[in-house]
Amino acid sequence: MPDTKEQQSRDRAEKQRWEEETLKPVIEKRPERKDSFEGVSLEPVERLYSQADIEDIDRDAGIGFPGEFPYKRGIHPTGYRGKLWTMRQFAGFSSPEETNRRFKYLMEQGQTGLSVAYDLPALMGLDADSPLSEGEVGKCGVAVTSLADFEALFDGIDLEGVTVSQTINAPAWIFLAFYLVVAEKQGADFRKISGTLQNDILKEYIAQKEWVYPIRPAMKLVIDTFEYCTQHVPRYNPISVSGYHIREAGATALQELAFTLRDGVEYVQYGIDRGMDVDSFVPRLSFFFNAHNDFFEEIAKYRAARVIWAKTMKDRFGAESERTMKLRFHTQTAGVSLTVQQPLNNIARVAIQALAGVLGGTQSLHTDSYDEALALPTDEAALIALRTQQIIAEETGVANTVDPLGGSYYIESLTQKMIDGCFDYFDKIDGFGGMVEAIEAGFPQREIQESAYQYQKAVERKEQTIVGVNRYVMENEISKTNILKIDESVRDHQLERLQRTKDRRDDGAVANSLERLKAAAKTNENLMPATIEAVKEYATIEEICVALRDVYGVYEEPAF
Amino acid sequence: MSNRKIRVLVAKPGLDGHDRGAKVIARALRDAGMEVIYTGLRQTPEMIAAAALQEDVDAVGISILSGAHNTLCPRIVNLLREAGMDDTLVLVGGIVPDEDIASLKEMGVSEVFLPGTSTEDIVTFINEHVRAEG
Repeated sequence: MPDTKEQQSRDRAEKQRWEEETLKPVIEKRPERKDSFEGVSLEPVERLYSQADIEDIDRDAGIGFPGEFPYKRGIHPTGYRGKLWTMRQFAGFSSPEETNRRFKYLMEQGQTGLSVAYDLPALMGLDADSPLSEGEVGKCGVAVTSLADFEALFDGIDLEGVTVSQTINAPAWIFLAFYLVVAEKQGADFRKISGTLQNDILKEYIAQKEWVYPIRPAMKLVIDTFEYCTQHVPRYNPISVSGYHIREAGATALQELAFTLRDGVEYVQYGIDRGMDVDSFVPRLSFFFNAHNDFFEEIAKYRAARVIWAKTMKDRFGAESERTMKLRFHTQTAGVSLTVQQPLNNIARVAIQALAGVLGGTQSLHTDSYDEALALPTDEAALIALRTQQIIAEETGVANTVDPLGGSYYIESLTQKMIDGCFDYFDKIDGFGGMVEAIEAGFPQREIQESAYQYQKAVERKEQTIVGVNRYVMENEISKTNILKIDESVRDHQLERLQRTKDRRDDGAVANSLERLKAAAKTNENLMPATIEAVKEYATIEEICVALRDVYGVYEEPAF
Repeated sequence: MSNRKIRVLVAKPGLDGHDRGAKVIARALRDAGMEVIYTGLRQTPEMIAAAALQEDVDAVGISILSGAHNTLCPRIVNLLREAGMDDTLVLVGGIVPDEDIASLKEMGVSEVFLPGTSTEDIVTFINEHVRAEG
């Protein structure tokens, strides 16, 4: 195209003309509110985006079309016209029976997928009766110690008919075993069941910090689940590579994007190193992003994520299947953005964040409840959060057309900036030798800490507004929000079931199954079959974790 | 030495790994001229009290977001008192429901800082209370 350059300089000249003729006299008379404008990530935002800002964008692919490589405008040609996103509210508290009731309630209200939150002992691979679990049983999520709890958790819920997402990482492979054993007992066909295991151990070392083993054996366990699911549970997503927690720990949008996708690249590389074909397992890797306050930046982040993933799978790993290149993701609104002050304001924040996720083309969505800065959500708050999604889906009209913001000068320019910035981070991380090595060197951890601190300072200087916290503060705020109290008796309830389970099980068979698991770990074979056998004997999470700790050791966080 | 730097132990008890707040506070206190010792994650009350004693700190800041504050905080306070650290300020930061704040204070917690508190307010509080008592 011979006249592209000519067109470009005409576009730039036009913008300059506007600045001189129209903008300048106005600004001289009435200056803008601030000298510079910055979003939540503290990145400068220009006054106006125009044709001149998108000229350099991806000339070979352009903005493209949905359903076509590199999927900037979405992975489905029909967007949400074919199928709405899955409304998947994260829930879990107290005992398995309590959470089972919440699940059934949410499904009666129109929720379309389940998502389980486990308590801290479970996340850390500890049993309810561990001394370290005291005060924590059933608090941040549902308490689970053995298969008996899992059976109660999914009592009356057909695992072939519903997709279940499990937020569990360090001991994730045990929870996959729980899930499969319960599904088997229900008579479900492994080839038909679907669901997602978070199982993203890299972001634990980076941000969330719920670990058990050192990084390398932990990676081995993750790849075991990939291999097992590819062979036996082909519709199951064995990982949800998560930026959510990275963002909550203080990362900028770009850091969230870059570290998450580079974590994804690391898992793909380790899978290939195991001997798997890229197109055999990568289509089942899924992602999980945050939806924070800066509306356009978030939308650009999701669009950029799809492009980076598609290109990386193709160029770096030689993927041929389109399914390998299509990035699918879940979104959750930003818990860290919720305020204790004037908590009902959180309903508005969540609605706007959720809208960004939808305009970015998310496959599933969790909307936070307004009371989550205070405690786990009450039934009422959880219902409003679900209704918020239903309002976006069915009242606003945003789901009627595909990628409605595609072609916006600002969105396209921001999307490209995200793509470029992300590949720069990839280069840096490759420079360490990979993400595992970068984490061992503390690189992403330090980047996040720095961003968290800078953000806090910006809030304290009131450069970043938080309504109700640093502006529009109400001294005698009337906030008698009802909050969910977790009954302390949940621990006793769980200890009783654990005792009953231990009384009933065959201790010799448990010990043998744990010995077989250890032996399998020593010979480096896939641990899923031996874990499933141990779970069937009602070995507890901690027993399984301890058995492998003898082989793998424990992780000590380096001081940064 | 009357004008030695104020020494603060920032501690993360319990199983919770959310250390964003603890690390931001630690850095803000350091920037305000205090000596800060950060315990790292998953410290038992015994480990925290032992570190406080060994480091001879003026204040212990406990960061807790998991809901286990009613179990863990009183235990830390008691262990500090048993070790003779009666004048040590004990501050709690994190997600603590209103109704628990009064009982934590009765048990000897000096102040509870909720989400949204500015680091400057925490610096001011420590400066005023440590100096007043020291």
